[in-house]
Amino acid sequence: MIRGSAITLRRGGRSVLEGIDLDLVGGEVLALVGPNGAGKSSLLGVLAGEFVPEVGVVELDGRPIGSYSNAELARRRAVLTQEYTVTFPFLVREIVAMGRAPWARRPEADGDDEIIEASMAETDVARFALRRTTELSGGERARVALARVLAQRTSIVLLDEPTAALDLGHQEQVMLLARRLADGGRAVGVVLHDLSLAAAYADRIALLHEGRLIAIGAPAEVLTAERVGAVYETPVRVVEIDGVPVVVPIRH
Amino acid sequence: MTRSRSAAIVVVAMAVLLLGAVLASALLGQLPVTPAEVGQTILRALGVPLPAGDPVIEGALQVVRFPRILLTLLVGAALAVAGVAMQAVFGNPLAEPGVVGISAGAAFGAGIAIALGLSGFGIWTTAVFAFLGALGAAAVVYLVARSQGRTEVVTLLLTGIAVNAFAGAGLALMLFLADSGSREQIVFWQLGSMSGSRWPEVGIVAAITVITGIGLLLQHRRYDLLALGERGARHLGVDVERLRVVTIVGVALLTGAAVAFCGIISFVGLVVPHLIRMMIGPGHRGLILASAVGGALLLTVADLLARTLVTGADLPIGMLTSLVGGPFFFWLLYRQRRRSGGWA
Repeated sequence: MIRGSAITLRRGGRSVLEGIDLDLVGGEVLALVGPNGAGKSSLLGVLAGEFVPEVGVVELDGRPIGSYSNAELARRRAVLTQEYTVTFPFLVREIVAMGRAPWARRPEADGDDEIIEASMAETDVARFALRRTTELSGGERARVALARVLAQRTSIVLLDEPTAALDLGHQEQVMLLARRLADGGRAVGVVLHDLSLAAAYADRIALLHEGRLIAIGAPAEVLTAERVGAVYETPVRVVEIDGVPVVVPIRH
Repeated sequence: MTRSRSAAIVVVAMAVLLLGAVLASALLGQLPVTPAEVGQTILRALGVPLPAGDPVIEGALQVVRFPRILLTLLVGAALAVAGVAMQAVFGNPLAEPGVVGISAGAAFGAGIAIALGLSGFGIWTTAVFAFLGALGAAAVVYLVARSQGRTEVVTLLLTGIAVNAFAGAGLALMLFLADSGSREQIVFWQLGSMSGSRWPEVGIVAAITVITGIGLLLQHRRYDLLALGERGARHLGVDVERLRVVTIVGVALLTGAAVAFCGIISFVGLVVPHLIRMMIGPGHRGLILASAVGGALLLTVADLLARTLVTGADLPIGMLTSLVGGPFFFWLLYRQRRRSGGWA
């Protein structure tokens, strides 16, 4: 699990994150939400050990995250960024296989082929396994990147807007997948824009605003009409459908 | 057919062609030689007790043609592998030692050593300075042109223009300062030539090319991961900073060795990896191996043409590769602009 305390991050002289305490534990989906520029991706980067906070500590399984080598980190946590571009025309399967790189020359590498196939099946990319990634659409590339992250088989999975480029069906599919990973005991941290999607699949929601953690807890506790309206500067109504809060802007 | 199988086929096919080109290079030239004489000379050089052949032919083969052929194929392999490694770390298929000015930097370094008559490293002084020049240019290009792990075409080319201009001016200054003997030596570099290859040079270029080539080949998995961008590679455990340093030093070594002894030979590192990628895909293990063979093949053929196209003249090989590589580069550029951001 990842434990971050009093995280303060500055970039370009500007404070991006301010005194954030946050845990990510196995078995849960934690959604990071908030307006553009709230610091969601930065927080995810800090939890991934990629950005080093000026103040505060991030611990991974009880050890400071900075004390792990890149290779050790890659066997513990996988990260999906919003950057899906691949420089050279690798085949989809080759890209997914790259997710196995941290396990090369280890006993875990024995299962590489099955893991690669399973990861492609779960993300619905197996159909174009032998196409070049450079020929795919944005949404297809996003799913290939997700398949690669899955193939890494880490106990912690961090996803930065995995649904941004996806259609409705694939959005649901990806969040179901995140749900299943968590139910299997993994820790899933996911940045989302769609509050209703977050409410439907996350165990906890962390609402960020201007680098601060405004609220964290169960979806129904965090997503109140008043709070969401204030943070997003847009009046909203929160209705409940099948026991899950759904956030709808009030449009006149 | 899987990509790894097609890679093996391409490597073997090119190796056969290379063997043919090497044989042709040994036979053809101002002094006609028969296959039997080539075989006899090689066997005698290897210590097989055969009766001595025509001393003129044996001398020509041993002193002139063999070292030249070997140096040519080594330099071709070195330049092609340097191109692959650069394209991998720049995340741009147009990166090439000649285009971005690393070759010019090496020539500048070598020019300094010749013009000022430096001899701090004995007979290898020129090579050491060529390496330092290449390293300096590579570092500058890298620091200036790269952002977020990928280099935009325009930035890369503009940086290349600046580095080439600076190194070119530096070389011009050295020409100005040099005495007439050194001046002639420097001029021959700018054109690039394989004439005057000798065994000691073959030895050092072989050592550098083989060791550096293997060193870069060992990075093949990391280069593959780098296609995901710098962050993606790091998330998969690659020490990107270390990979960059290793690559820049490796490219400088390969380019420095090539330029120090043969002058500026551009576009080999651009044309060869590109064609190989089209044939076998971008996986770097196959790409580096096949590019090494392909580079050796291309330059051996180019040198054969340089020696035989015009009777009695030895054309500068750098001029030949640029005549072919320049239009190819235009075509690549055109294709990439049209795809607007497609990096295939």
